[in-house]
Amino acid sequence: MSEARLAEKPAEPAPRREIVFRGGGFLPRPRPLQAWLAFAALLALWQAATGFGWVDAVFLPSPLGIGHAFWGLAVSGELWRNLSISLLRIGSGWLIGSALGLILGLAMGLSSLSRAIGMPLVSSLYPIPKIALLPLLILWLGIGEAPKVATIAAGVFFPTAIATFSGVDAVPRSLIRMSQSFDLPVRSIIWKVILPAALPSILAGFRISISTALLLVVSAEMIGAQFGIGAFLLAAGNLMQSDRLMAGVVVLSLLGLGLGALLGLVEKAFLKWR
Amino acid sequence: MELIVEVKRHAYEQLTVLEDVSLAVRAGEIVAVIGPSGCGKSTLLGIAGGILKPSEGRVLLAGAAAADCLNPLTYIFQDFALLPWRSVARNVAFPLEHHRLDAAERARRVADALQRTGLAEFADALPKQLSGGMRQRVGIARALVVRPAVLLMDEPLSALDAQTRELLMEDFLDLLLRERMAAIYVTHNFAEALRLADRIVVLSRRPGRIKEVVDIALPQPERRGKAAQAELAELGERLWSLIRDEASSAEREVASV
Ligand SMILES: Nc1ncnc2c1ncn2[C@@H]1O[C@H](COP(=O)(O)OP(=O)(O)O)[C@@H](O)[C@H]1O
Ligand SMILES: [Mg+2]
Repeated sequence: MSEARLAEKPAEPAPRREIVFRGGGFLPRPRPLQAWLAFAALLALWQAATGFGWVDAVFLPSPLGIGHAFWGLAVSGELWRNLSISLLRIGSGWLIGSALGLILGLAMGLSSLSRAIGMPLVSSLYPIPKIALLPLLILWLGIGEAPKVATIAAGVFFPTAIATFSGVDAVPRSLIRMSQSFDLPVRSIIWKVILPAALPSILAGFRISISTALLLVVSAEMIGAQFGIGAFLLAAGNLMQSDRLMAGVVVLSLLGLGLGALLGLVEKAFLKWR
Repeated sequence: MELIVEVKRHAYEQLTVLEDVSLAVRAGEIVAVIGPSGCGKSTLLGIAGGILKPSEGRVLLAGAAAADCLNPLTYIFQDFALLPWRSVARNVAFPLEHHRLDAAERARRVADALQRTGLAEFADALPKQLSGGMRQRVGIARALVVRPAVLLMDEPLSALDAQTRELLMEDFLDLLLRERMAAIYVTHNFAEALRLADRIVVLSRRPGRIKEVVDIALPQPERRGKAAQAELAELGERLWSLIRDEASSAEREVASV
């Protein structure tokens, strides 16, 4: 039967055509050279615009002018005096806020009672821009370092508490049951299972809390401080020293980048397992 | 050591999952539990090892465990439950850390468990670097390190591909027979149950009840032969006919939640 059919239709090969390639694209690759070139071109254009007098240097100082101002500040020690004070405020506020946030986040993740009490509190207080509390904190704590540090701590506290809570809440139950099946004491389960498993979320929270701390230190220093980057920026602005002002902004940007890079190192060291 | 599980009833809120399920596992005995999905096998195993409290019923241990046994009832998990931030060796050491053991004894136990599961050269690897089969070997090593009396295994091979499953099952069997460890082996795979078990407990669909208990007299090492294969195939047919209708209606069930 199949032979008969073959005989009817002589074996003429079906026409063949090549399929059209339709994949490709949508694959972002790093292009470091182009990135640097674009950055350099932008700086050059900026320098030209101010150097040739197209733009008034009071409104937009040239990159070289900013560099010059930066150098002057660094050499005179003015930069370090302001920066060190700001760093001290960020550091202490961030540490206090993070420690308290970690404790509350852990408690909310572990106990349904503290979750029931803490969750509505945290979600209703989180959206308040913490700088709005500074006047109140000054009333409570007097002028000086305390209200500034407290403002930063308050700003850091909430994102840390929420990140810690959601990290602890998302720890796989199977790992906890596994630990229990080997009779691990609760303390060990928290320390050896829950905290390490929540660490990625906690570190992601730190990324947010660091930028919050920067924002708040500048704002608080602008409202009431003699020294610190924020006070420096405000003074430079009032005197229309825009090159010094921009130098201060550059310092802040470098500070943010530096802290971010530091956190990146911490993540690399502790989250190798992911 | 004998493990006696007597569950009168177990329910999650309104949902009754188990009813009148009793089974006993004597020293060195391998009991397989099979049943349609959702019939309460994992629940039963959780109750057997003391990580779930039965609504009504109790679990008893008779006799003493060996002197070097640190955790008589030890689980091997379907999803392995490894700590991803710990190396293989540190995962295996995990259940020892809260026991008073000197460092040498600890290291000896870990090395021994790694060696018996063929993991010695992977001691420093992280779980993410291992295949599924190797991860489950880590799960097995972690169970062996406490020298358990009864292994509780919840579909330990079902996350693995067929070939890995075959290989690992033979290794399981070697270990169980050589160490004369008792085991409850939950599975939905007849071939596994027929290869490993001294006794097969067949559960009905939810609420799980014991539908039948099948003893297999043939010693495990002899089950590879031609004649044995035919006999086991017949037994498999019988088990399948016991479960088929229930499995198909359980499969078509809509969750009530
Ligand atoms: N923690 C739980 N809460 C509520 N229902 C559950 C819980 N665990 C399991 N169940 C339900 O109990 C039934 C039996 O579950 P399980 O013991 O996991 O079955 P099996 O392992 O045989 O598939 C299922 O219907 C499942 O949805
Ligand atoms: Mg199950």
